[in-house]
Amino acid sequence: MATTMTTETRAAAAAGTATMAPGARRAVPMWIWLGIVFAALLPLTGGQTGLISNFYFLQLSLMIVYSIAVLGLNLLTGFNGQISLGHGAFFAVGAYVTAILIDRYDMHYLATLPLAMIVCFIIGYLFGRPALRLEGHYLALATFALAIAVPQFLKYRHFEPFTHGVQGINIFKPDPPFGMPLSPDQWLYLVVLACAVVMFIVARNIVHSRMGRAMMAIRDQPLAADTMGINSARTKSITFGISALYVGLAGALHAIIFEFVSPDSFRFELSIAILVGAVIGGIATLSGAVIGGFFVQFIEKYADAATKWVTQTVHMPIELEPWTIYGIVLILLMYTMPMGLAGGFAALWRKIRPG
Amino acid sequence: MTKRTRRDVLVGGSAIAAAQVIGFPAIAQGKKYDDGASDSTIKIGHSGPYSGNASAYGNIGRTIEAVFKMVNDNGGINGRKIEFITYDDGYSPPKTVEMIRKLVEQDKVLLTFNTLGTPPNTAIHRYMNQKKVPQLFVATGASKWGQPKEFPWTMGWQPDYATEGAIYAKHILATVKEPKIGILMQNDDYGKDYYNGFIQGLGDKKSLIAQLATYEVTDPTVDSQMIQLKNTGANVFFNITTPKFAAQAIKKAAEIDWKPAHYLNNVSSSFGSVFRPAGLPASQGVMLALYRKDVNDSQFNSAPDVIAFKAFMAKYMASADIKDDTHNYGYSVTHTLIEVLKKCGDNLTRENVMKQAASLKGFEAPLLLPGIKVNTSATDFYPLQSVQMARVKGESFEMFGNILSNESA
Repeated sequence: MATTMTTETRAAAAAGTATMAPGARRAVPMWIWLGIVFAALLPLTGGQTGLISNFYFLQLSLMIVYSIAVLGLNLLTGFNGQISLGHGAFFAVGAYVTAILIDRYDMHYLATLPLAMIVCFIIGYLFGRPALRLEGHYLALATFALAIAVPQFLKYRHFEPFTHGVQGINIFKPDPPFGMPLSPDQWLYLVVLACAVVMFIVARNIVHSRMGRAMMAIRDQPLAADTMGINSARTKSITFGISALYVGLAGALHAIIFEFVSPDSFRFELSIAILVGAVIGGIATLSGAVIGGFFVQFIEKYADAATKWVTQTVHMPIELEPWTIYGIVLILLMYTMPMGLAGGFAALWRKIRPG
Repeated sequence: MTKRTRRDVLVGGSAIAAAQVIGFPAIAQGKKYDDGASDSTIKIGHSGPYSGNASAYGNIGRTIEAVFKMVNDNGGINGRKIEFITYDDGYSPPKTVEMIRKLVEQDKVLLTFNTLGTPPNTAIHRYMNQKKVPQLFVATGASKWGQPKEFPWTMGWQPDYATEGAIYAKHILATVKEPKIGILMQNDDYGKDYYNGFIQGLGDKKSLIAQLATYEVTDPTVDSQMIQLKNTGANVFFNITTPKFAAQAIKKAAEIDWKPAHYLNNVSSSFGSVFRPAGLPASQGVMLALYRKDVNDSQFNSAPDVIAFKAFMAKYMASADIKDDTHNYGYSVTHTLIEVLKKCGDNLTRENVMKQAASLKGFEAPLLLPGIKVNTSATDFYPLQSVQMARVKGESFEMFGNILSNESA
């Protein structure tokens, strides 16, 4: 039973418009492993020599955190075809679970990560269940409501003993263990990097598994998937849960990096940022998540500075609104690379090197 | 400044060497600098919401920038130009942390100034104090910015909410016979800050409070709370609300014909967003505490600081709306920082900046009401703690009574 279903779903997925050919799993190319080793050695090569300041490590950590969040949304939107405008909510839940466990229960910060993931998985799964009846735009709206509601919940009077209301929660940034000669920023960078590597490997395995093929089959041919015996309700809610789990982990890491959470940290703009990161990166690719994380961290955060810089260098007579450059970049990218940067680069590569 | 000959370097080097031999600190001509200060410039960092929901406050940052431009055009402070670096944080605490870390670690500013909002400042509070970088004159009225023992590198500026609340309480005790107080409060940090100050001001007369009604920022109206308060028979109303709700409360009180002595918090001291929407007839007699001049009020037309402010606005912020109070605020607070930097002289270390900020005595920052002065000390990190009571009369405020203070030690 299990084996027949596997082949069938694979067929169904392959029959669809599959932007990511499932096929047989290829080994991770060598250069990616080299890249990870290089990244892991950065605190030694760059940090200890003073080439890379702690501030840059903060930014790199953030980029990786956003990559994990974008990856979570990619699994849901890219591979399963469900749109979510509300993933900032899970980000907030993950962050608060970690902050509350550290603040109130003196838990070790690393021990809070799995708990934040589990809580987010459960909430995501439960939210995914009823939301399944909603398709496309309706689901987008339901998730959007979630993103708006969560910051309000965090301010709710009866949760205040835990959340401290609008005041937020201050936690302490952990020092590196065993007296390692690293700064807290460098150590957290390594923690975040390790989490990301594990989560990307897991995501890759999910996508190439029976579950992944079922996800894509539902995205491409929901009717065919149903007829082939895929339990689409179950698959969809589990996907929603997994997706929330990823974003929740990102939120938890974010809380530790910033030593602070508050309702204002997780407004709905965050959900939009994650979605934009996913779309720009390339919605149904794993590599797109890395690009998306880069985009969220560096393009979006510095949109204002870039706009200002352009206004000053070109001596523009009018003062541009802070987000002008960001908007222009977004529109251009969508026109020139509708498949996201990952898709765009892949297409470019194929053009340059045919066959 | 940039042209340094080799001889200068050599001379300087040997001077330093000589000084060290004799045992003097290695500073030529008593000049002392930390990151961000030099013979030619002082770097000041700032972050505020230029985008997002709170972007109306972005005008404060723009005003500060314009004031420093004016200062630089006039030769700078003690001959040093101000380099003002400001970033958009969208009122998002993590973004503030990132921008402030950029300012401190990459741009290497001497201090950060007037960072905006209680949550963003809370997020960087500990960082600034760990790094020992002055977090001066933050743009929030929370009372937690004046803790010199725990946070010696952080200082507020405006009268804090608790101080203001205490002043209303004292005023009520002094002027209203047999007060019975009804309170409407926004249920968050800001509301509680006011409320706690008010309770403190009442002292042992806490029982005068007939009812405390609260609302959430997300509530559509405060109508039912107003009816509740009226039914308690209260003859004093303390209105702790943000502009939208303040307008609703004033309007509703008039509709249900409840006419208590009405005290409104300074947060909602705006004709444009409170009294006009509520209706001017309904707003007459509402009392509130002010500390800055309303430059649009004709009674201040001949005040030199108002004239100077208007000239500044015309020259440096020609396209801005002068009715917007954020410009007024930005102008006044920036001049307080300028005073601190002037007093620092050639000793531009972070330690000296805090020392000078904590020794302002009777400084009359422009646009403060007559008689209201900036006072700080090593134990008093609340620069402004005096207000003047005023009531709405016609289309402007009528000041009455003395300057009321709640100065801490």
